[in-house]
Amino acid sequence: MPVREAATRHSALVRVTHWITTACFLALLVSGIEIVISHPRFYWGETGTIFTPALFQLPIPASRSSVPTGYGYVLPDQNGWSRYLHFQAAWAVVITGFLYIISSLFSGHLQKNLLPRGADLSWRAFSSAIANHLRFKRPGDEEAWSYNPLQRLTYLFVIFVLFPMVIWTGLAMSPAIASVFPSAVTVLGGQQSARTIHFFISVFLFLFLLVHIMMICLAGFRNRMRAMITGRAAAGKERA
Amino acid sequence: MSDLSRRRLITTGLAAAAGASGLAVANKLAQRYGLIPPDHGGLYGAGETLTYAAQRILTKHSWAREFPRSAITKPPFADGEPPKQEAFRRLQAGGFADWRLHVDGLVARPASFSVADLKNHPSRSQITHLACEEGWSYIAEWTGVPLSHVLDVVGIMPQARYVVYFSIDPEWWDSLDMADALHPQTLVTYGMNGAELPVGHGGPLRLRVPRQLGYKNVKYITRLTVTDDLKQFGEGLGSVSPEGGYAWYAGI
Repeated sequence: MPVREAATRHSALVRVTHWITTACFLALLVSGIEIVISHPRFYWGETGTIFTPALFQLPIPASRSSVPTGYGYVLPDQNGWSRYLHFQAAWAVVITGFLYIISSLFSGHLQKNLLPRGADLSWRAFSSAIANHLRFKRPGDEEAWSYNPLQRLTYLFVIFVLFPMVIWTGLAMSPAIASVFPSAVTVLGGQQSARTIHFFISVFLFLFLLVHIMMICLAGFRNRMRAMITGRAAAGKERA
Repeated sequence: MSDLSRRRLITTGLAAAAGASGLAVANKLAQRYGLIPPDHGGLYGAGETLTYAAQRILTKHSWAREFPRSAITKPPFADGEPPKQEAFRRLQAGGFADWRLHVDGLVARPASFSVADLKNHPSRSQITHLACEEGWSYIAEWTGVPLSHVLDVVGIMPQARYVVYFSIDPEWWDSLDMADALHPQTLVTYGMNGAELPVGHGGPLRLRVPRQLGYKNVKYITRLTVTDDLKQFGEGLGSVSPEGGYAWYAGI
């Protein structure tokens, strides 16, 4: 089958920041799970201990004996390196994210590929995009070069809502940051509320990752991976 | 070589040179202003240094949040077991009357204080949040002598950079830079929620550092040492925390 090689689908900056973000997100996910395991109870407000009522408790064993979990054993404690790794990966992803957003503004990537086009904002465009997704329809050639309306809104939501929120709620758990920006903690409802929101946003980000990978498989895994690694895309339909 | 790739090579080279010299300058400035934590080496040193430097600059004059009495958590949660040392049990049996806090190192007048001595000094009470690195937290009122006052009494020397503090439990010691050591909310605590500091919470004496996580708030303290160099303590990483895999700086 003839494969039409064409101009770059993803710029070098998008590709590099994409894969650094991927590595950081996986590091944050693994270390975040390890940190949660040390106290899998969640609270609302400023405070919460095993003596106070929990909002909910994950039905998993814990890595510290101080938490009653109903399990007869305690998991190995991995909190030390998990915390070191969590904050290091957080720095790396924040710096990468800034680089991505600033360069996207200047290169036109944001305006061209992420902000919905005028025609995308009609109900018709939306309902057809949603219908195509629900039918698991493979994207057509026109999507080989840019994103569809649902994709644009999802990416904008992840980049400008979920990521800032997860950074904010993460910082709000820091006693030192709370001393400088107390209202950043109180508007969230308190330090424990910040922790609970941080957990839920991480769950949403993880769900986004799963759907993202599913969509890539649907659209042609090899082609989309090649586009994100080499930058080049094949426009013709490809059997993955 | 085409013009474009030559231009690219030159720009990349210039950017790399600017980046490298920028890092060198940043390192010099960071050394000078004390923005490098003792556990700056190793795999996670870069992240740790960024966190410490950023927060040290931001929190220079900030105060930990203080809460109204109605916010106090009931009952407060005490983590861990009291020390198993025979010495601790003996002191506890005597109502901690013989407990001593020794202050030495780079000070003009090394001294040792009993709990009663400390109570004769100006006290401060504050209702603050204590968060454990595990994820739980509570609010309580702590009463004690500001560490800055104790350091004033013994007279710290100008080259002082850190205050190292030791628990009666030999497995637990830590250190603070002078910004946290001299902070008005850093207390040598002997009271909690209007009563004596319970043994479960570190009684008779606990160092309370409300801008950092629970594990920096060492319980059962018996000695403070003022120093200009953390290398001579333990593995030289500033506290037992990095030796056990945890960050020295816990403002997070």
